[in-house]
Amino acid sequence: MCSLALFPAPLACGQTTLCESNNELLSGTATDHRLKQDSSPLSLYFPRESLKLHCRTESSSKAAFLDHSETLWMRSAAAWRDGGLTGLLNEITNSNTEVPKWLSVSSGFTLALLRWFSSFHGSLFPHLTMSSENMLAEFSQVLNWSDCVVRAFAWHPHADKFAVALLDDSIKIYNPKSATTPTLKHRLQRSVAAVQWKPMCASALAVACQNCLLVWHVDPCSLSTRPSSGCAQVLSNPGHSPVTSIAWSPSGSLLVSASPMDTAMMVWDVASESCVPLQRVGGGGVTFLSWSPDSSHVLASTPSALFRVWETRTWTCERWPCVKGRCQSGCWSPDGSRLLFTVQGEMVIYVLTFGDTPGPQAAAVVADLSETTFNTADGDIIVGGEIHSLSWDPTGERLAVLLEGFTECFVRFSVSSGFVQGEPGAEPRMMQFHPNFQHGALLTVCWSSGRITHVPFYFLGAGVPHFGLSGSPSLPRPQERPADFANQSLFTELIS
Amino acid sequence: MFSTEQSCWFIRKVVCWRAVASIAWAVLLLLPITAVFVILSRFSLLHPIQTFSECLSFLTCASAIFSLILMCGVIIMVGFLNLEYYTVIPTIACSKIALLGQLLHPRQFVNSLAHCIMGIIVAWCCAVTLGGRYETIGYPCTQGDGTDSSPQMCLNEYHLILLLAGAFVGFSHSLLAVISNINYVSFHTVQQYKYLRFKGSLPFVVKCSAAQALYSVRNYIVVYFFLGYIPKAWICKTLNLHLNSSVHPLDSIAGLLDLSLLYHQWISASFLLFTWNITLLLFRIFVTEVYSFPVQSSFTEDAHQCLPKVLTDKQPMILKFLALQDVALLSQHSPSRRCEVFSLSQPGGHPHNWNAISKECLSLLADLTQRLVAYHDTVATNGRAKSLSTGSERKTSSETSFTSATEDLMSPRPTLLLRTPASVFARFVVGTPHSPLTAPFTPDLDSPFASPALRRLTAPLDQCSPWFGTVQSPHIMRRAPKLWSTSTDSQVNGSPPASPASVPSPKQEPFKPSRLALFLRNRKEQLPEASSQALFADSQAHIWALEGLSYLVQASFSEDQFGVIQTTLPSILGCMLILQEAVDRHFKLPHASSKPVRSASGMGDSTYKTLRFALRATLKTAIYRITTTFGNHLNAVQMSAEHRKRLQQFLEYKE
Repeated sequence: MCSLALFPAPLACGQTTLCESNNELLSGTATDHRLKQDSSPLSLYFPRESLKLHCRTESSSKAAFLDHSETLWMRSAAAWRDGGLTGLLNEITNSNTEVPKWLSVSSGFTLALLRWFSSFHGSLFPHLTMSSENMLAEFSQVLNWSDCVVRAFAWHPHADKFAVALLDDSIKIYNPKSATTPTLKHRLQRSVAAVQWKPMCASALAVACQNCLLVWHVDPCSLSTRPSSGCAQVLSNPGHSPVTSIAWSPSGSLLVSASPMDTAMMVWDVASESCVPLQRVGGGGVTFLSWSPDSSHVLASTPSALFRVWETRTWTCERWPCVKGRCQSGCWSPDGSRLLFTVQGEMVIYVLTFGDTPGPQAAAVVADLSETTFNTADGDIIVGGEIHSLSWDPTGERLAVLLEGFTECFVRFSVSSGFVQGEPGAEPRMMQFHPNFQHGALLTVCWSSGRITHVPFYFLGAGVPHFGLSGSPSLPRPQERPADFANQSLFTELIS
Repeated sequence: MFSTEQSCWFIRKVVCWRAVASIAWAVLLLLPITAVFVILSRFSLLHPIQTFSECLSFLTCASAIFSLILMCGVIIMVGFLNLEYYTVIPTIACSKIALLGQLLHPRQFVNSLAHCIMGIIVAWCCAVTLGGRYETIGYPCTQGDGTDSSPQMCLNEYHLILLLAGAFVGFSHSLLAVISNINYVSFHTVQQYKYLRFKGSLPFVVKCSAAQALYSVRNYIVVYFFLGYIPKAWICKTLNLHLNSSVHPLDSIAGLLDLSLLYHQWISASFLLFTWNITLLLFRIFVTEVYSFPVQSSFTEDAHQCLPKVLTDKQPMILKFLALQDVALLSQHSPSRRCEVFSLSQPGGHPHNWNAISKECLSLLADLTQRLVAYHDTVATNGRAKSLSTGSERKTSSETSFTSATEDLMSPRPTLLLRTPASVFARFVVGTPHSPLTAPFTPDLDSPFASPALRRLTAPLDQCSPWFGTVQSPHIMRRAPKLWSTSTDSQVNGSPPASPASVPSPKQEPFKPSRLALFLRNRKEQLPEASSQALFADSQAHIWALEGLSYLVQASFSEDQFGVIQTTLPSILGCMLILQEAVDRHFKLPHASSKPVRSASGMGDSTYKTLRFALRATLKTAIYRITTTFGNHLNAVQMSAEHRKRLQQFLEYKE
């Protein structure tokens, strides 16, 4: 088992991690770093002040208009349209001077009964009582989502470009080879929780929003900086909001989406805008999805202490109850044979191994990240804690772990380990590996300051030779080397 | 002859058994559904326990068992009709006239009649189940107000209204089935087990049955209010029953606003539709289940059941579809079966399996390409799509002939209509020797309305119609019916309605009958998107062909030991790129890229409306799948410069 005690001490204050070379993390002072980073076109900085935020929500615009008294029928119809049954009952109960007494009393009674029932339901699944913003913040893979300037980030799986979702609900697409950076805005694009590019496609970008899913078709050759909202497909299903996680199948044919409010996970056929709900009641919702790179399994975690691993051929699932808390994050090895996951309330990383015909029996602990004290020149530094998200690089040699409540993002190597540190005061909020970096792995980290930096790890892949054919990615090769990883032991299993 | 034997093999051994299994399940499910219906229909809030004991005693009595047996018969009949009428390629009516033709087709008439009768039978069972005032059609009553009244049988209108409701709901169900293409069986992209699929769609079936029942009952009440006296009088006369004048008649506002009557009608209609829809759902689930064909067999007598042979069969379509689905699935999920596809024949070393599969898939794609190109050509010659650019040359080419007239009719510029007012009706002038009414029907030779006799009648008309000459390519002639109906439509749609009022009057007198024809013609123009839908009606097959080919090519990168795929790679890439070009051109047409209105209500499957978008996405994904796998190795593949340029776009992720 791996533990933080094996790690070299974190960098001194003011130092920033630049890259990895010869199995060592090289660092520099913050000013060097900034100079170097600013020169590279992909490093971005979004100061909070530069974003125009929505100063008011849509419902508050009511105050700007004169109060207008409508008939009861009109108000009831509006309440039914806006708030459904509860809205209608509420309206009838409130206007008790206009309706017969028995009607207002009975609707008040029904309303109380409904509320009692929903509170009972909510006591079973406490997350159902949250507002959708809080729910997104709670279940997002981004640390402290509601306060984050960069809310979502996604590299394109094949081409060198990425999408960044910002606090002001816009999405920008950066491509070093083109001068235009399209900005995507849509009426329904609010509270973006996740973005992901469609594999085997140059243009489609799926966006998980508060009330729906959007699939943008951004023509890579187009010179337009503001694609119209006609370029976006809206996928929505009643009851399926807010959407907290999305995952494309690696073959690019299907899209799955999850919402903590909906016990069904939706499998979308995006082109025909139709969906198949995969309903399993236990757990009370689905929070996080991750599709294995060989497209054979999908991890679906729920808000309860339970997660499922779906098999994608006939869409059956295995239930994996956890003891302590819900499954917070997970990631797959590049060949899809191993699943690493973390559980809320525990400071360890578990592994499940697939590939055998009967499937795994129990999860094994591969890394322990409980708090460890390092003696450095600046005094003792305590590092460790709960894990917020995991990311495994496409060569399978580097694993990045984002810890909750700490200012470092830490990376475990197969040979050595280390911490990646940003400039002083900046906390990492999310991270993602570049899907096809030629010289090793490239970790992109979004910091709380609004900066996006890229930390390259230069190494030669030992386990899996590079299949990348001069620029073409080596990503989905489901059939190529299925036995590679399954027969290898993880580094941590070797040293335990 | 040989191929029919094979198709018999599949229909006999697989499809029929699947249908039988689905009917058996529907019959088994009938018992719990009936129990729920009995409880719901007799439920009283104040005496819940009494309700249950009553229901239990009812369910064990003889009349209930007899009605249950009758219901089983109905379910079997519905299942049989499903098997008889199902189709994997939807018939898309390209105009309202064609739709009307479908509705009035004799076959449809028989279908509607059967549904009516079955509706009456189910309604009778419901009446027996509901009991009370609904139970019998006649009851003894004393007619007259004096003392001389003698006991006689009177008509129980409650019973009658329920029976007629059943007939009406059955009839409207069969009509809606045609409009919403309920016979169309679509295949799912997500392969779930049958039980899970059934469980997943059950709430939807309940919801849509209840909603459809509500609308049907609403319409029925209106009809009964106005026309109810006709069946009432007829029944009284034939069965020698009397109308009880002391009872309030039901075809009045007060009689129909009986809440309990409405509830019972609605719940009976829901029960009826639910049992039928469940049968349909089960049939769809069973018949679309994946069938795994062997790739090759060691016994020659089984050779006709193997994938390469089965794929090439034209009939039945379900066999071809299931075979293509199997190709798509094996190429994704099963390495051992892929290995068989890549294998060589033992003496000789020929890749027969791969050759057969790739040839069939490529011919399917080429067929679609040709269809699209031909469609595009007809649209372009009519000048609708590019009227402004080609307007001048068209003007010169068409001076005074009929051609100009017909083309002007299609052109979006109303001024041209006024330029040659006399010839606007040229088509109908040509048509007059036969009958003016046939003119608007002529292009709809595909529609069932057009009987063989009508076709013969209209054939010479088409030959002399000048428009026909412009599209008379051998390809269109070959697959005349479908394209014919679609293309004429598309050429007309989008043009301003050529209203008779805009045409100067003096020339109009000789063509009086053509006013009706023109009206019908205008009706024909109202489904612009349907032509595009019809063009892609069977595209599910193309989607599977694309998926199968691309996954097999992808897998060949590491699995193909003998280089079997390499020889066909240029033709596969060429075929896909040509299709990509044709599809791109098609989607430039205004009506092709517009999304259909989403109508989720009803049991009709509207997957076919979006098949063209699915095909476009799959095609792009398929090309990307090959380019990402092979990368720059594709530069070594021989192809034309134009294709190479196109492929380079894909290699650079710029499509």
